[in-house]
Amino acid sequence: MKRYQQMFTRLQQQNRGAFVPFVTIGDPTAELSFEIIKTLIDAGADALELGIPFSDPIADGPTIQGANIRALAAGVTPAISFDIIARIRSYHATIPIGLLLYSNLVMARGIDNFYARAAAAGVDSVLIADVPLHESKLFRQSAIKHDIAPIFIVPPNVDDEDLRQIASYGRGYTYLLSRAGVTGTETVAAMPTSELISRIRSYNPAPPLLGFGISTPAHVKEALASGAAGAISGSAIVKLIEQHQHQPEHLLAQLTQFISSMKAAT
Amino acid sequence: MSELKLNPYFGQYGGMFVPQLLVPALKQLEQAYVDALADPAFHAEFQQLLTEYAGRPTPLTLCRNISPNPKVKIYLKREDLLHGGAHKTNQVLGQALLTKRMGKQEVIAETGAGQHGVATALACALLGLKCRIYMGAKDIERQQPNVFRMKLMGATVIPVTSGSGTLKDAVNEAMRDWSASYDTTHYMLGTAAGPHPFPTIVRDFQKMIGEEAKQQLLKAEGKLPDAVIACVGGGSNAIGMFADFIDEPGVKLIGVEPGGTGIDTHQHGAALSTGSYGILHGAYTAIMQTTDGQIEESYSISAGLDYPAVGPQHTHLQQTGRASYVAINDDEALAAFQLLAKSEGIIPALESSHALAHALKMAEQATEPTVLLVNLSGRGDKDLAHVHSVLAGAKL
Repeated sequence: MKRYQQMFTRLQQQNRGAFVPFVTIGDPTAELSFEIIKTLIDAGADALELGIPFSDPIADGPTIQGANIRALAAGVTPAISFDIIARIRSYHATIPIGLLLYSNLVMARGIDNFYARAAAAGVDSVLIADVPLHESKLFRQSAIKHDIAPIFIVPPNVDDEDLRQIASYGRGYTYLLSRAGVTGTETVAAMPTSELISRIRSYNPAPPLLGFGISTPAHVKEALASGAAGAISGSAIVKLIEQHQHQPEHLLAQLTQFISSMKAAT
Repeated sequence: MSELKLNPYFGQYGGMFVPQLLVPALKQLEQAYVDALADPAFHAEFQQLLTEYAGRPTPLTLCRNISPNPKVKIYLKREDLLHGGAHKTNQVLGQALLTKRMGKQEVIAETGAGQHGVATALACALLGLKCRIYMGAKDIERQQPNVFRMKLMGATVIPVTSGSGTLKDAVNEAMRDWSASYDTTHYMLGTAAGPHPFPTIVRDFQKMIGEEAKQQLLKAEGKLPDAVIACVGGGSNAIGMFADFIDEPGVKLIGVEPGGTGIDTHQHGAALSTGSYGILHGAYTAIMQTTDGQIEESYSISAGLDYPAVGPQHTHLQQTGRASYVAINDDEALAAFQLLAKSEGIIPALESSHALAHALKMAEQATEPTVLLVNLSGRGDKDLAHVHSVLAGAKL
């Protein structure tokens, strides 16, 4: 998890924010997904946020649901996902790799076993979409044991007690939700006020990255202007995969263009 | 954030595994429930609705003809006679009152067989709430009369095509909706499953089933039943029937899961019978899943039991040995459906037919005088077209 600290230190020296793309591993197939993730890195991603496909992604809107369905239909399992992550880690030694997934995939073969496999593959952080703070103990303890940063979500309706706990338990970065609802570009990000971000920062949590509804360079700029340390964008990227999945070269070119423009806004 | 007021766990099962965003809404619901319990005005209004609107208490009927064994008496708790056609009406009236206490004007709900959707629609019509109901596209097809009922009562029915297009997917969509609408909208979950506090609230708003049945049976027989039998999808009618008997060790509690085409065929909805545990829809409980943790699609002839998980208290009751759970397959349920119609003049829901089918099996095997209490959780009107097509060509 020290890769996040190194990334934030580097960005601070450059006086820039982080741009973090999200894709579902194995979308649309294992092999093309590997090429996609490599492309995200080459085009300027500062860190990666990766989903392991799950049958019932309740925190995701239609776009990322589609990614999960495509990956599962292509036969992508957690084991294959970890293989792909390990290949990405060999490709790039220092980029922080985060997992964003659902609790049942973590539980299925035992919590500790999951974190051990994640660590062995080169994962730096794990965010479990359906594990809130007060259910997180076993997960975060296992994460720390395996030197993986447990990531917590700060929703717009966060209260001070939750902020205190998030600052105390979270490592790596803090996932700041731009708005209520599920993932997707259907509802655009509502930029947090700089008062909210100062209030969050006063608890000294891991640096906040803003996500949900981030789909344009202007959103990235606004996120940084309001005081976030960076921005996460998922559905906008997954939409490109959905649209151009049958023309891989064109897809990778589109992704390069999109990621470069988003990174340029940092 | 404030601590929880009630224990979210039944032994090691249950909990509140939802996105952080939804935690305040669940805590608000828990607080509203705790406050309501302490408020005599809430109890009075709930009771009045149950009595004057829904038709409680429901009768207890001793079957005259169906028992295959003269030593065995089979009693039916007649939730099929409740307004709305099933036990679902009980708890939605309670949750609708909570909705108003929280100052929310809108309701979302999921439905499988459509019974919870119908119950939600009628409660919302009665109490002036706006409602939208998520229903799997496949369920819409096999439960047309209930879809029409919901619409007649002013509900918007939203078809869900993702996944298998059944109850599981309807719950997913309802939770997605709620994560954007919780400020103004209550999620009226339809069974004793899902995240805390739903399993507790739904049980408590259904437990009059068992309380009434216990008194009625004591009056009729002068003793408690030997066994209480109820079907289990998510588990609300069963936990409502079991709750008041849990502390009566002489009474066997038997939940009947949908065996579909057979437990060994993978075409079933018997989560407890598979012995596999994980997290679905906010609770750690028995679920149907692959070794990787992907949720499997359930199957049952009965839409109301077609769900790959079960309420966490049932998992706990199974683990502690207080209740046992068996499976009845489609054909056995269909046979019981027809037999009750022919022998007693009662057309049961396909869901409840599972419980009856198991009671009939027990009756056949009994060697001692035995009193069985079956929760007839709903009526079969909604199933007529479906059963008619399944039995097409069969000689009635």
